[in-house]
Amino acid sequence: MTKHKQIELKDYIQLVFSDYTLRTITLGTAILGAVTGMLGSFAVLRKQSLLGDAISHAALPGIAIAFLISGTKDSNVLLLGALVSGLIGTFWIRGIIKKTHLKSDTALGLILSLFFGFGMLLLTFIQKQPNANQAGLDTYLFGQAATLVESDVWLMAFVTGICLLVLLLFWKEFKILLFDADYTKTLGFNTKFIDILITSFIVLAIVLGLQTVGVVLMSAMLLAPAAAARQWTNSLGTMVFLAAVFGAFSGVFGTAISASQNNLSTGPVIVIVAGVFVLISFIFSPSRGLLFKQIRFIKNRRDLQLHKTLAFMYRIASTHDNISHPHTIKILNNFQGYTKGTLQKLVNKNYVVLEGNMWSLTEEGFKTATNLYNQQNKTNE
Amino acid sequence: MSNAQIEIQLIACLVAVACAIPGTFLVLRKMAMISDAISHSILPGIVVGFFITQDLNSPLLILLAALTGIITVVLVEYIQKTGLVKEDTAIGLVFPVLFSIGVILIAKNANDVHLDVDAVLLGELAFAPFDRMIITGTDVGPKSLWIIGCILSFTIILLITFFKELKVSTFDAGLSASLGFSPAIIHYGLMTVSSVTTVGAFDAVGAILVVALMIAPAAAAYLLTTDLKRMILYACGFGIFSAIAGYWLAHSLDASIAGSITTMLGLLFLAVYLFAPGKGIIAVLYREKQQRIEVSLLTFLLHLKNHTEESERHVNHLNEHINWQKVRSKTVLNLALKNNMISIENRVVSLTKKGDAFTSQAIDYIMTNEHAQIEGMKDDFFLFRG
Repeated sequence: MTKHKQIELKDYIQLVFSDYTLRTITLGTAILGAVTGMLGSFAVLRKQSLLGDAISHAALPGIAIAFLISGTKDSNVLLLGALVSGLIGTFWIRGIIKKTHLKSDTALGLILSLFFGFGMLLLTFIQKQPNANQAGLDTYLFGQAATLVESDVWLMAFVTGICLLVLLLFWKEFKILLFDADYTKTLGFNTKFIDILITSFIVLAIVLGLQTVGVVLMSAMLLAPAAAARQWTNSLGTMVFLAAVFGAFSGVFGTAISASQNNLSTGPVIVIVAGVFVLISFIFSPSRGLLFKQIRFIKNRRDLQLHKTLAFMYRIASTHDNISHPHTIKILNNFQGYTKGTLQKLVNKNYVVLEGNMWSLTEEGFKTATNLYNQQNKTNE
Repeated sequence: MSNAQIEIQLIACLVAVACAIPGTFLVLRKMAMISDAISHSILPGIVVGFFITQDLNSPLLILLAALTGIITVVLVEYIQKTGLVKEDTAIGLVFPVLFSIGVILIAKNANDVHLDVDAVLLGELAFAPFDRMIITGTDVGPKSLWIIGCILSFTIILLITFFKELKVSTFDAGLSASLGFSPAIIHYGLMTVSSVTTVGAFDAVGAILVVALMIAPAAAAYLLTTDLKRMILYACGFGIFSAIAGYWLAHSLDASIAGSITTMLGLLFLAVYLFAPGKGIIAVLYREKQQRIEVSLLTFLLHLKNHTEESERHVNHLNEHINWQKVRSKTVLNLALKNNMISIENRVVSLTKKGDAFTSQAIDYIMTNEHAQIEGMKDDFFLFRG
């Protein structure tokens, strides 16, 4: 069984290099994943995660209008329309948030649903037109990676190149704006310009992905790699890099899975793969992950119980002249942190000696208990 | 108007009202995006429910789908609670994944499912009158009308019963908790109503329109009033208006009804956004301009009060010293003259008695920065505006 699978995998890899369509799609989704991951990091850190969702929906009427005006289905023209309408949506959202008392979530939901509904009106209107050319516009709803051609991939690569260049050029500005906008302003940077620059690039990345992943799921492409990357690092540079890697792998794996099965559109599969990346990161990330957090939590609780028992014993022992004076285990029973396990652990650590039903502190145990809280401070530092 | 047309408009109106009520509270509680998440993530619930019941209008399917909606909310809150990502990211992660699962489920079973993703997103209101509800052989109207009618009456009963609780918990969660209304019950109750409404409405108008119908009327109403009851009423009114206007727009363009209703909502919101008295963009911009002039005037008067020497108070000098453009300095000067704040003799500006008193008052306010002091001054400010 495993052998069979290996051959399949090998075949698939060969196919990726030999088959034109598959190569184009794989490359396209990989590049797309990388660029959205990169820019998505900024969206996530700026708490603009849902902006992507709004922008991608807002791009739909642009596609329809571009088609109505130009009459062609050339993806570059349509994406230009999407870019314009996405930008209009974005700036309207900013206008609503800034000038009225409506909150950002309302503004996002408004623009998202209103633009999308208008887009759907235009799409159904176009479908009724006596024009044979119009079929296929609705692939932009869920995207169709199969429609990618080499020129699209070149366009993506070109835009990714520009994004990288701008990121490198304005790295310092982007970084400082992310973490301390007020400070940036006092330093004399033009925050409005930087803000518009980064937002525009996020819009650009979203628009690029519409053809492949579609309007509805595009936001996940932006968020998921970045949210996954965030779990592994606290440094912006590493995060952006990791997000690009996660995004690219989501693209490649998603394409591979959807290509190997019938009836699976690429967009949703890529999103689910990216979702799996997020899930793994949430659970297994060493510093923030839920698993290690839980382990640390349990360990801390045990340590605390141990310390509490020892401290309690210390208080009893210190009332006697002889610290090793034996006491019955029964006294411990009405003490909260005490279990048989913790007592045994104390014995193992050589802090306590057990004799039948009696316990007594050792010299070492007494010393540790005396310094318990001092030591704690030290280890915390 | 044919019978079917009336029925379609009636369904659209009922959906609009059923959405506007929970929508108002979602907008006020800053949870508008949750409705978007719910509307997407009920897709897998609908698909699974359809596998089990084989009937798109079965109550079990509605329950299952509504349950998916609540699961979405719980998942979002769980992820948010872990502190790994912010709330908005949590929403943005959960619903695309659930939606993708739904899309894939449909695609994998394309042969057995008479479900179209487009239909889920958009609905097909035009076909709603053809699916009749037949009780013991008599035709009692379209099924969707009954479904949304039930949901609406349920929502209205809940709204009237728990209006006070909803109001308190929306505006002061702490107070409502201390009064003994569990915020969790109200929160999940609202989420349940939103989910059920979304599911009940999706079949008729599609997932996206549900979001539009929930948020847009409420947002527009919020720009017009700050009274909760009035806001709900306005939102319902806007919803009904766009439902009917949208239907006729779709009729004339021969396009999707859901899309047209959304477009009407968009136009309506745009109009309110621009022209709402007090909170619309035009009113805000006008007020900002007024305030700029008022601040300029104040600065100007303070400058005059600070300088007794004539050279500092010469018109030409003021022009360059305060560095205003010519037009603005003229407006400010005229305004001050009109209100008898200053007098000009030999092109030298000096404060009048009234201007002097006003400026002292202003300084007093600026120094102490107490809110009470501005109240008395407001009347003076209104003088300038007139």
